[in-house]
Amino acid sequence: MRLVLLTVSLVLSAALALPAEAKNTLRWASQGDALTFDPHAQNEGPTNAANAQVYESLILRKPNMEKEPGLALSWKLVNPTTWEFKLRKGVKFHDGADFNADDVVFSFQRAKADTSDFKGYITSVSEAAKVDDHTVHVKTSGPNPILPDQLTTLLIMDKGWAEKHNVGKPQDYKNKEETYAVRHANGTGPFKLTVREPGVRTVMVKNAAWWGLKTDPHNVDEIVYTPVANPATRVAALLSGELDFVLDPPFQDIARIKGTSGLKVVTVNQIRTIFLGMVVGAPELKTSSVKGKNPFADKRVRQAMYQAIDVDAIQKKIMRDMSVPAGIITSAGVHGWTSALDKRLSHDGAAAKKLLTEAGYPNGFDVRLDCPNDRYNNDEAICQAVVGMLGKIGIKVSLDAQSKTLHFPKIQKRETDFYLLGWGVPTLDSHYVFNYLYQSKGSWNATGYANGQIDELTASIERETDLAKRDKMIAQAWQMVRDDIVYIPLHHQVIAWAMKDRLTLPIRLDDSPQFRLARLK
Amino acid sequence: MIAYVLQRVVQAAAVVLVVAFVSFVLFNYVGDPVNNMVGQEATIADRAALRERLGLNDALVVQFARFVGNALRADFGISYQLQRPVATLLAERLPATLELVLVSAVLALAVGIPCGVYTGLRRETWAARMILTVSLVGVSLPTFVIGILLIYLFAVILGVLPSFGRGDVVAVGWWTTGFLTASGWKALILPSVTLCLYQLTLILRLVRAEMLEVLRTDYIKFARARGLPSRVIHFGHALRNTLVPVITITGLQVGSLIAFSIITETVFQWPGMGFLFIQAVQFADIPVIAAYLVLVAFFFVAINLAVDLLYFAVDPRLRAERRVAPGGA
Amino acid sequence: MLARGLHRALDSDLYHSFTRSPLTVAAAAVTALFFGGAALAPVLAPQDPFDPATLNLMDAFAPPAWTAKGSAQYLLGTDNQGRDVLSALLYGSRISLLVGFAAVGFSIVLGVGLGVLGGYLGGWLETVAMRLADVQLTVPGILVALMVDGIVRTALPGGLKEELAVYVLIFAIGISGWPQYARVTRGATLVEKNKEYVAAARIIGIHPVAIMVRHVLPNVMGPVLVLATIGLALAIISEATLSFLGVGVPPTTPSLGTLIRIGNNFLFSGEWWITLFPSGALVLLALSVNLLGDWLRDALNPKLR
Repeated sequence: MRLVLLTVSLVLSAALALPAEAKNTLRWASQGDALTFDPHAQNEGPTNAANAQVYESLILRKPNMEKEPGLALSWKLVNPTTWEFKLRKGVKFHDGADFNADDVVFSFQRAKADTSDFKGYITSVSEAAKVDDHTVHVKTSGPNPILPDQLTTLLIMDKGWAEKHNVGKPQDYKNKEETYAVRHANGTGPFKLTVREPGVRTVMVKNAAWWGLKTDPHNVDEIVYTPVANPATRVAALLSGELDFVLDPPFQDIARIKGTSGLKVVTVNQIRTIFLGMVVGAPELKTSSVKGKNPFADKRVRQAMYQAIDVDAIQKKIMRDMSVPAGIITSAGVHGWTSALDKRLSHDGAAAKKLLTEAGYPNGFDVRLDCPNDRYNNDEAICQAVVGMLGKIGIKVSLDAQSKTLHFPKIQKRETDFYLLGWGVPTLDSHYVFNYLYQSKGSWNATGYANGQIDELTASIERETDLAKRDKMIAQAWQMVRDDIVYIPLHHQVIAWAMKDRLTLPIRLDDSPQFRLARLK
Repeated sequence: MIAYVLQRVVQAAAVVLVVAFVSFVLFNYVGDPVNNMVGQEATIADRAALRERLGLNDALVVQFARFVGNALRADFGISYQLQRPVATLLAERLPATLELVLVSAVLALAVGIPCGVYTGLRRETWAARMILTVSLVGVSLPTFVIGILLIYLFAVILGVLPSFGRGDVVAVGWWTTGFLTASGWKALILPSVTLCLYQLTLILRLVRAEMLEVLRTDYIKFARARGLPSRVIHFGHALRNTLVPVITITGLQVGSLIAFSIITETVFQWPGMGFLFIQAVQFADIPVIAAYLVLVAFFFVAINLAVDLLYFAVDPRLRAERRVAPGGA
Repeated sequence: MLARGLHRALDSDLYHSFTRSPLTVAAAAVTALFFGGAALAPVLAPQDPFDPATLNLMDAFAPPAWTAKGSAQYLLGTDNQGRDVLSALLYGSRISLLVGFAAVGFSIVLGVGLGVLGGYLGGWLETVAMRLADVQLTVPGILVALMVDGIVRTALPGGLKEELAVYVLIFAIGISGWPQYARVTRGATLVEKNKEYVAAARIIGIHPVAIMVRHVLPNVMGPVLVLATIGLALAIISEATLSFLGVGVPPTTPSLGTLIRIGNNFLFSGEWWITLFPSGALVLLALSVNLLGDWLRDALNPKLR
C-alpha cells in the first residue's frame, strides 16, 4: 500500500514539476471544424483556412488581400491565353520530397476532377503544362485577365504522395467518401498536420524546413485546435485562459472580453454575405402544401418576403451591430460592387402583405427553411428571426436547423426549397459569384434559376480582356439579378477575433487566420 | 439448476437480439443506405449494382444474420459524420467515460455513506436536517442545471477550474488517461461533482433509511440492553448490516451513472461515449446510434443476468422453488 | 351526499397529515399555482410567445421590469427573439406539464394494463410482460427516453421533426416509465385475485374484465397514485433534460428546458434573466411535486400510521 502511494505521488510530482518546455503552443477554437483535409474536396471557409496552414498555393495573399508570391516566384502572360509561372526553388514537401512543376500540373488536373469542389475557380483553364522543373504554362480557353486572383485558393499537392496513397482524385465529400487524404496531409506549408480527430482535436507542429521562415519568422511551435460548438463554453475557455484565440466569439460577450485584462478583440468587415435562396425553377415546392404551382416562382412573392424581413432589427438585436445590411450578395472590396447596387429595398410589412395578396396568396402559404447552425455568425438565430418576420405576413415557415455537414450537401444535392447560405469571394472579383451562384449550372446554385443572358454574360466576363467593357458587363449582370430578386440578401458579416494580448495575429477580410504571421510573446 | 441458468441466458440473448433487430431496421431502412452513398449523377444501373454489392437484395434473415455477425466482431460500420469506423470511435471515447464514472462513483460513496450514517444516527440535529433538505433539492435539480451553475461559479466568476474538455491526457497503450496530469485532474473535478450528486443523494437516503430500520431491530435492542457501548453497536453491528443492500444497489447504480454521464458530458464537452451519442442524434449519424443501442442493451442485459445468477446462487429459496414449481415465472 | 363526502374527506387521516406539515401545504400551493398558470396561460400571458407574428425583434434582450433599462411591458424581461419571459414561462410550463402528464398517463395505461392483465390471466402474457419490465428496470429511465427519442427522431423525415417533437417526447418518456406500474399492479392483482370475493364474483359469472375493472383496479390505485406523483416530477425533469440536450421541444415553441438551453448562451454576457427564471421555475415545480409525492407515500404507507 505504501509503495503504491509512493509511486503515485512520484509520478504526480514528476508530471507537475516538469519544467515547462520552452514550447510555444497556440490553442484556439471556433464553432465549426474543417470538413476535410483533402485540399480540393470542399470549398468552404474554415476548411480552406485549416488546409492553408499545411498546403500552399502558387500565389498568397497578404492580410490586406494584396497578392504576393507563394510557391510561384513570378507570373506573366506570354500570350493572350497562356500564363507562365516561375516556381520557387528549393521547396520541399513535409515528407522530404521536392516540389516541382509535376506537382503543379498534377494539382490542376486534380482540381478539375468530377469530385473536386474547386472546378469553379479554374473553369477557364484548359491545360497546365510543364515547361521545365520550375516553369509551368497554364493555358486558358479564352483570355482570362484575372487568373492569378483565382489561383490563391488552389492548393498544391505532391503528386508522388497522392499516387502512393491512392488519392489521385479528390474525396467525394457530399457522398461521404473516406480517403487517405481526409485525415492526412503532405504539403509545403509552415505547419505539419500531426493529429486529426474530426470534431475533437486537430494538432499541427511547426515545419522547421519551411521556405518562408526567413521572411516570416513566426514563433509558433504547435497549434492545437478544438471545435467548441457552445458559444458560452468558447468564451468561458478564453476568459479562463485555456484558449489563446477564439475565431468567432459570440457577439454578446465582446464587450466583456474587451473589458478583461489580458484579452483583446479585433474586428473587420468581412467579405462574406449572408442571404436566403429560394427555388424558383421548379414547378412545385417539395415542402409546401401548395400544389400545382410554385409560390417562389412569382417575383411578387419573392419581393414580399424581401420586404417583410427587417434586417436592421436583425443587425441591432441578433448581430449586436456586427453586420452591414446588404442589397446584393457580395460586399465592398469585391470588384464590381457599388454602393448604389448595395442599397436594400425598404422594409415595409404592409407593402409585403399587399404584394402577397396580389400574387394570389392572401392567406400566405407554408414552406420549410433549411439553415445551418454551426457555420455563420448566429446563423440559427437569424433564421428564427426570419421565421418570425415571414410569419407576420402569413407565410408559415417550419425551421430545420442542422450542422453544416448536413446542410451543405442538401444544397449541393438540390434537396431544399428555401435555404440560408453565406458566400465569400476569395478571388475578389464578381465573376466568382456569378460562376458559382447565378449561372444555371453553378454548383452552389440550388435555386434552379436559369437565365440564358446571365449564363452568356458570365462566360463573356471570364474572357473579356478590355477591362472597361468587362466592368460594364459585370454591372449589367448585377442589375439584372438584383431586379429579378433571385436571392434575398440579408447582410455582410463583420468578424471579430478575440485573443490574448500576448498573441499578435493580423485579422484578414476572409476570416482565415494565417498562423505563419502569428507571434506569441 | 442448469435449467435455470440456461433459461435465463436464453432469455437474455433473446432480448439482445430484439434490440439488435430494431438497430438493424434503423441501420438499413431509415434513410436508404444506397441513397446515402451515391451521388445524384448515379444512374439506375449504378444504384442496382451497389445494392447487389452491399447485399441488400438478400433475404431479410440473411441480412440480419450478417448484421449480427458483424456486431459480434465489433464491426459497426463507418460513422456518417466522422468518416471513421464506429468501433474505433467508441474505443477512443470509452476511457473518458469510464474515468468520469469511476471518480463519480467513488465520490458518491465516499460522501454519501458517511452522511447517511450521520443523519441516521443523529436524526434531530440541525446539521442532519440541513443535509436532508439539501439532498431533496439535489434530487429535484436536473443534472444540467447543476452543471451550468458550477461552470458559472468556478470557471467564469472564480476562474479556478476549466469549463470544458479533459485537459491534457496521456496515452497508455490504447487507453488515454487524464489521471497523470494536473490539468487532467482539474478538468475532472466539476464534471464528476455534477455527475455524482444524484447518486450521492440516493445513497445518502438509502443508508439513512436502512440505518433507521436496523436500529429498530430486536438484536440492536438486546445489544444495548447488554450494555455495549454505542460506538460498537452503531459501527460494529448496525453499519455492517446496512451496507449489504447498499452494495447491491451501488452495483446497479453504475448503469445509472453511465446514463447520466450523457448529460454531464454534453454540458462539459467531455469527449466520452455519451457526448458521441448526442452528437450522433443531432447529425443523424445512424451507424453510431445503432451501435450505441446494441452496446447499451448488451451491457444492461449482461448486468441483469449477472445479478439474477448471483441471487440464484446466494438465495437458497429460489433454488428450492425451482424444483417444486416448474413452468412458473 | 356531496356535503357528507366532503365532510368525510376533511375529517380523514389523509387530510390531517396534510395540514399538519406546512412544507407539504406549501408544496401543494406552488404546484396548484403552476397548474393554474399553465392552464390559464392564454388568458394570463401578456403575449403569445409561440406565435412568431406577435414577436417584436427590436424588444429582444430587455431586462426585467425592476432593473434600470427594463419596462413594465415585459415583467421578467425578454429573450433573444423578443419573447416575453413571463409569457414564455407560462406557455413553457404548459408544455412541460402537458408532456409530463401525458407521459405518465401513457405509462399508467400501458403499465397498469399489462400488470392487471398479466396478474389476472397469468400464462405467457404475464411471463413476457414481467421479464420485459424486469430488464427495462435495470436501464435508467432517462437513458431509455433518450434512446427512444433519438431513434424516432432519426427515423422521421426532416420537416416532421419539429411538428411531432412533443408526441415523440411523450412516447419516449412514457415508454421509459411503464415497468414500475406493471410490477406494482401485477403484485397487487395477484394478491386480490386470491381473495374470496373475487372467487365469488367468478362463480356468479361476472365477466373477468368486469371483475378486474370493478374490483381489482380500485385496490391497486393507491400505490399507483404515489408512483404517478413521483413519476410526474421525473417526467418533467426528463423532458427538460432532453430539450436542453437539443433533442426535445424545438426553440420555436419552447418548453422550460428549451428556454434554459437558449438562455445558457447569454448567461455569461450578463443577460441572466433568460436562463435564471426558467431554471428557477423548473426546480420549483419539480421540488413541489416531489414533496407532494413524498408526503403521499408516507401518508398512504400503512406501516407508518
